[in-house]
Amino acid sequence: MKPELNGRNVALAMAFAALVSLPFWVSGTYYINVSSQILFYAIFALGLNVLVGYGGLVSLGHAGLFGIAAYATGYFLQAGFPHSAAILLALVVGIASTAVFAFLALRATGIGFIMITLALGQIIWGLAYRWISLTGGDNGITLHGRPAPFGLDLGSASAFYYTTFIIFLIAVVACAILAGSPFGAAIKGTRDQPRRMNALGYHVWAIRFWACLLSGLLTCVAGILFVYYNQFISPQTAALTASAEVLLMVIAGGPATLLGPIVGAALVVIVKNVVSGYIERWNFLLGAIFVAIVILMPEGLVPGTVRLWRGGLRAFRRRRGIVLAQSAEPKP
Amino acid sequence: MSALTVTGLCKAFGGLHVTTDVNLNVEPGERRLIIGPNGAGKTTLFNLITGELTPDSGSVQLFGRELTTVPSRRRAHLGMARTYQIITLFARDTIVRNVTLALLGLSKVRWNPLIVIDRQTELIDRAHAALKLVGLAQIAERPLSQTSYGERRRVEIAMALAQQPKVLLLDEPYAGLSIDERRDVQETIRAIPRDVTIVMIEHNMDVALDFAERITLLHFGKIIVEGTRAEVVADPRTREVYLGH
Repeated sequence: MKPELNGRNVALAMAFAALVSLPFWVSGTYYINVSSQILFYAIFALGLNVLVGYGGLVSLGHAGLFGIAAYATGYFLQAGFPHSAAILLALVVGIASTAVFAFLALRATGIGFIMITLALGQIIWGLAYRWISLTGGDNGITLHGRPAPFGLDLGSASAFYYTTFIIFLIAVVACAILAGSPFGAAIKGTRDQPRRMNALGYHVWAIRFWACLLSGLLTCVAGILFVYYNQFISPQTAALTASAEVLLMVIAGGPATLLGPIVGAALVVIVKNVVSGYIERWNFLLGAIFVAIVILMPEGLVPGTVRLWRGGLRAFRRRRGIVLAQSAEPKP
Repeated sequence: MSALTVTGLCKAFGGLHVTTDVNLNVEPGERRLIIGPNGAGKTTLFNLITGELTPDSGSVQLFGRELTTVPSRRRAHLGMARTYQIITLFARDTIVRNVTLALLGLSKVRWNPLIVIDRQTELIDRAHAALKLVGLAQIAERPLSQTSYGERRRVEIAMALAQQPKVLLLDEPYAGLSIDERRDVQETIRAIPRDVTIVMIEHNMDVALDFAERITLLHFGKIIVEGTRAEVVADPRTREVYLGH
């Protein structure tokens, strides 16, 4: 199958080229670092999107899972494990925690699910804050250096950026494959008609459980990138505001789309890091942007822009059609 | 062996006995009509048969196989399919995707997160075949949101038929349809081959009478009359609870 040359693919190819060449046209390590942040938050948002967008299960505790993976990495490094072992163990711990999370939270859907995930997230935040022997409490855990796989030192901003970019690409492709697969269709089916899915022979609970695990996997990957990026982890990372922030990324960008969470992550990270340098009350600005999105494009930035673009295009064609028709009319 | 056997089925919601000691015996290939006024417990009976509700006592057997402990999703794999009185479809998808989801439900492929669903040509061809049975082949690619109520009814039936059930449970398939739509659905149901046993619920007796070979009359959760079409129509108790209002 040959890729079609339409507006969408051209835009995607241009975005890809821009991201690949980013360290060459962006001035200064600061903005390269901001770009790395966008990418790992995008992975986080893509992970949450599997649950919120495709599964229809809104979680307000995902920062807890993100935090567990980050803390586990820091803890195992502190305990003297090499980077590879620490990363693997952090993934195992993160996914095991997700399984426990899912097992407890999937007793309910809708508001019940939100409240259980919220409570679980708060428990993790509380543990991070109070279990000082494990987490260092408010002082957090400080990492000493980034890994150097195959002799490639990730200490520099652009090396870390490229690593994050490759993992980001893998995550995007994985999400695209999932969305078009039978299992992806099954997840969306349990969102739209759980009762019917059950009558059709699907195991609704198990489908949701696996959706949670996939979501948790991406969340943990993002958490590990986060802790290596900052080389520091504190309870703030697992707080409710962090969960709400990533949920807003998904909802603002467009849930159940592939590009939505990425755009949402870019929006939040840019406002938080870049715009906050110019506007002291950046939280206010972020709030205003969300209100505008909810009013103008309740379906999210990406689907909303597509809708407006198509509507504008149609109006333009119609107008041109009228003009053409008028000019074709015989003049008196 | 009977296709569907229900023995001593009881269900109460608190003090309300919605199903009281119901016994049914449906032979393979039979067309059975279950009638009764609104609130007679017809849909509850279906929910008990499909396992969406757990009975307080009694048993359900499909071709001699005890189903009481079988979860409802497994019953679809054993050859039981149903439609809903309130249309329950995937509104964001196309017609053919709806039917493909029904087929996928019985296929092991449903767990696979790595293949492309649009390339499952065997499944999609079968979905188109099922849509042909209900006369929707031409509009298979249409989004469900752009279909009429009558077409959606037929999509429901196509989804059930696609699963090649042994026993098909139709819950008021004529509810809310116009006369023309009703005729389409009637023809669809009449064309279903005899290797499928059909149990249909209907509270409007006139529209479904010619379909039925045997009729069961349900009232306040109890079976009042059961017999051939002529017997039930002629029975004075039918007139009393049902026709004589």
